[in-house]
Amino acid sequence: MTQPTTARREQLKPPVSQIGVVGWLNANLFNSWYNTAFTIVIAAVLFWLIPPLFRWTFIDSLWFSSSEACRDIDGACWSFIPNNIRFIFFGFFPEGQAWRPALAMFLLLALVIYSKERTRWKKSLGWIWAASLIVMGTLMYGGIFGMPVVETSQWSGLPLTLMLSFFGMVAAYPLGVMLALGRRSKMPAIKTLCVVYIEMIRGVPLISLLFMSSIMFPLFLPEGVTIDKVLRAQIAIILFTAAYIAEVVRGGLQAMPRGQYEAADSLGLTYNQTMRLIILPQALKIVIPPTVGILLSAFKDTSLVVIIALYDVLKTTKVALSNPKWTGYSTEGYIFLALLYFIFCYAMSSYSRRLEKEFDTGH
Amino acid sequence: MTDKLKNNPVGQENKTIIDIRGMHKWFGDFHVLSDINLEVQSGERIVICGPSGSGKSTLIRCINRLEEHQRGQIVVNGTELTNDIKNIEKVRAEVGMVFQHFNLFPHLTILDNLTLGPIWVRKTPKKEAEEAAMMYLEKVQIAEQAKKFPGQLSGGQQQRVAIARSLCMNPQVMLFDEPTSALDPEMIKEVLDVMIDLAEEGMTMLVVTHEMGFAEKVADRVMFMDYGEIVEQNSPDVFFANPQHERTKLFLSQIL
Repeated sequence: MTQPTTARREQLKPPVSQIGVVGWLNANLFNSWYNTAFTIVIAAVLFWLIPPLFRWTFIDSLWFSSSEACRDIDGACWSFIPNNIRFIFFGFFPEGQAWRPALAMFLLLALVIYSKERTRWKKSLGWIWAASLIVMGTLMYGGIFGMPVVETSQWSGLPLTLMLSFFGMVAAYPLGVMLALGRRSKMPAIKTLCVVYIEMIRGVPLISLLFMSSIMFPLFLPEGVTIDKVLRAQIAIILFTAAYIAEVVRGGLQAMPRGQYEAADSLGLTYNQTMRLIILPQALKIVIPPTVGILLSAFKDTSLVVIIALYDVLKTTKVALSNPKWTGYSTEGYIFLALLYFIFCYAMSSYSRRLEKEFDTGH
Repeated sequence: MTDKLKNNPVGQENKTIIDIRGMHKWFGDFHVLSDINLEVQSGERIVICGPSGSGKSTLIRCINRLEEHQRGQIVVNGTELTNDIKNIEKVRAEVGMVFQHFNLFPHLTILDNLTLGPIWVRKTPKKEAEEAAMMYLEKVQIAEQAKKFPGQLSGGQQQRVAIARSLCMNPQVMLFDEPTSALDPEMIKEVLDVMIDLAEEGMTMLVVTHEMGFAEKVADRVMFMDYGEIVEQNSPDVFFANPQHERTKLFLSQIL
């Protein structure tokens, strides 16, 4: 056998025009006459756009001033945010009690971050979560340890957004998986039920579900019985998201080769074991990208609760902007809000990409 | 060599382990298996051959109920296969199966592939299951790969892992559904060697294969199927030297 020639021969460097900065520019920005034209036009636009934007954002702007001082400047009035941060974040939560939702949110986020590592997914983590949820609930509602009761109608701002989306996702995911399995069931009753549910929910907008939960649903309850409005919205979000997750998961289930079921069957595994140990771990992994897409839109859709008069973080910002002292600074307010949403969404999507990598076993 | 192979190992009494009587199966309108009668003794090694579409894979898939038969009776290890899912699971735990495309679980390591059945079906303690798994991996000469994932192994290695996975369940019978058909030629031998070892240890085996060399060497009985029927069955020397039916002769002339 002859050795591969490359091992013996001296290695030549590729021509300069193909590597390094010059190579990159040649390959990506100036590789044809129309790409060159595009590059020039875009460079011109950026040149024209960025300096004034930079001026507005950083140079002519005020960060920690009164609203009066803002009237005299051309730049951004970021002062709107520190001056209204308590209301934007905590809404109508009583003055002086804001530390409670702040602490609850901190606890939630800390736990989420702690739970990111797969090596920590143990039974004990479940207990930590259960305990923390009780603590969070107590912090929010109060009524003991000298904390005054705060009704859920006063829960608003970021805690409300986070709560609706967090529980929406956490509850909708398993429900969606069950629905997907149900839709593929051989039992006609279960299958029909799941199909009807999924198609009905997917056939209506979330807004109509929220309306139903807030206006129609109480009409069916016996007199004197009320179910908390936040809870009703929460359930509507869960039911809605679950239907979409179900269809994504069903796609993953359908992508599983028959051989996997047969191999599991031939070992004598039961249906539940087959699903839990063989099929779902693989199917759910395949559908991580579309699932995260649904979870992201569920997160953003929580802002729709404004139509049933719940004050999520978008609505509290709007209210703060309607204060005559601060009218006219909606650009700053919404940029801040966009950044806030972006941070959460980006964290979720980059985490999902990491999970995908971790679950990759090279097949 | 052949004589040694054809003897049942000491201490194994001759009992019927698979008993199929008057079994028919249809796929829709297609009569894929017709009046199958087959009795397999413990320790027997049967090679099933026949043209594609003759129903040979379907036959062995009926034995662990991956396919459902519509008429007749299949009794495996004293348990009749009916719609009773508990009976089916019981039979499956006793019957190992090796597939053409290996069907390893790609999300689990080799070791986890092997211990899954013992841990969840047999309720073996994890440590014990892992020790047994390592023993079987040694046996198929692949122990050093225990921590890898199936996707990192060659086809021949994967098929040996699949055999080891079945063995971990201590099955009474092993079914092989064209175990070497998806392999590159140089990998066929390593899998066949493992199967020959198994046969020497007295494992009851039903093998669907086109490897006639394997059949000659190992089988107690070679069975020829065509159009969903068992056309002819005989000991390998008679079967290959002196086939009785025209269809068998034609088939053998085409593949040998």
